[in-house]
Amino acid sequence: MQSRREFVKEMVAGAAVLGAGTKFALGQARAAEKSKVVIVRDTKLRSPGPAPDEKRVAAMLDHAMQTYFNAQNPVQPWKQVVRPGQVVGLKLNSLGRMLSPSVALVATICERLQQAGIKAGDIIVWDRGSRELEAAGFKLSNAPGAVRFIGSDTEGYEDAAVSYGSVTTRLSKIFTRCDVVINMPVLKSHNIVGVTMAMKNMYGVIDNPSTMHGSACNPYIADLNMVPQIRQRVRFVVGDMMTAVYEGGPSYRPEYAWNENGLIVGEDRVAIDTISAQIVERKRAEKGLQTLAQKGTPLTYLATAADAQHRLGTNDPARIALIEQRIA
Amino acid sequence: MKMRMQRTRFIAIAALLTVVVLAGVGCKKKIADPFPASGAVAGWEKSGKTQSFDAANLYEYIDGGAEQYISAGVVGVSTSDYKFQGNLEATVDVYTMKSADGAKTIFDADPPTADSKSVPLGDAGRVYTQSVVFRKGPSLVRITAFDAVPGESDALLALAHGIEGKL
Repeated sequence: MQSRREFVKEMVAGAAVLGAGTKFALGQARAAEKSKVVIVRDTKLRSPGPAPDEKRVAAMLDHAMQTYFNAQNPVQPWKQVVRPGQVVGLKLNSLGRMLSPSVALVATICERLQQAGIKAGDIIVWDRGSRELEAAGFKLSNAPGAVRFIGSDTEGYEDAAVSYGSVTTRLSKIFTRCDVVINMPVLKSHNIVGVTMAMKNMYGVIDNPSTMHGSACNPYIADLNMVPQIRQRVRFVVGDMMTAVYEGGPSYRPEYAWNENGLIVGEDRVAIDTISAQIVERKRAEKGLQTLAQKGTPLTYLATAADAQHRLGTNDPARIALIEQRIA
Repeated sequence: MKMRMQRTRFIAIAALLTVVVLAGVGCKKKIADPFPASGAVAGWEKSGKTQSFDAANLYEYIDGGAEQYISAGVVGVSTSDYKFQGNLEATVDVYTMKSADGAKTIFDADPPTADSKSVPLGDAGRVYTQSVVFRKGPSLVRITAFDAVPGESDALLALAHGIEGKL
């Protein structure tokens, strides 16, 4: 269990790295400010082949990060997220090779982190299961001095439980080893919660996710994100929207998949999820499907995450500064 | 006399027990292997080992998606990868539900798309450009391809018929 002293130290460290301009450095929204969310899409992402072009994926990431941090070069943004000496985790959301964070995207982030002063051996790319990582196209590796690709199934979970509200759980030992975690979800519908993106990806850092699916995962998703370690260490979201699913998720369903060819980045996990839900709703409307609320999956966890008790971010579109850019 | 009666009674009970046990074994439904072997369906090769998950560990296979199946009464799922003519890769998932109603619940949850069509397969079937879904009794089968190639639907449908025949 984290001591109060460690908790305060972590909060100060978080504020120092992310700076005063980032209101979610301490995990709570300041009411007067808008939450920035950046989406970058590339209309030529898949040319000439059907798969995303690796160089264009890297360019799209750099464009999104530089736009978000108003930076002049691709490395500068990462220096505002991490600092040398920290252990940085990339928490993926691996659901097979068609619906997982792109290997090229992960490779580019690892490269930028190293350029920002993080040692390769201090970068951990991980998810709940080794099998899922492999299925997503990542080669498992735990060699010292190199970027690690490992699953919580092999590393295990902490003995001590952590809790907040409705949630009592044990954290992955990989998660607790990380000073900073970059959350890397994939945009998809979810047959219980409506849409899953940043916040629900935290179900992959705990040992008992199956106990938290009742009542459309509400208030579990919000409460889980309020667990101090998760609220503090998960500093930034890089969401993969290159391929997304508007129905039948969270598994890959080619009949309901589309190429959004984009990335979404930001610090406010609730705002990211709110915008992501709008994108899925738009696609559903285009396909003539019911809204998520009509379908019985009205995303109730978003309001809970934004309420006065949680204040994890905002679900109010009027308080989200959405910047959408297209590169070609 | 008494001993002979006891012996006769013992033999009768033993015989009855043997019949009951044998009948139990005979009635126990064999779990069929629904996966066609390589070459059993023209052009299709079984390219992976069959993996099985029961309701308790289903989330290990469909992380985040297990609850829908559990609430519909899933018993387990078996899955295997296939390849068609060496270039089209597909995954076959065979879900076994407690009843045909459970399979219908899952099947009906998927809305048709503009390019999908119903096909005579099992109790109900639907083919999409890159996938086939059908149900037969308590079984719900989903075949998902990962590439778009010409003639894909026909190839997937042929594999689906191969599986349907084994259920």
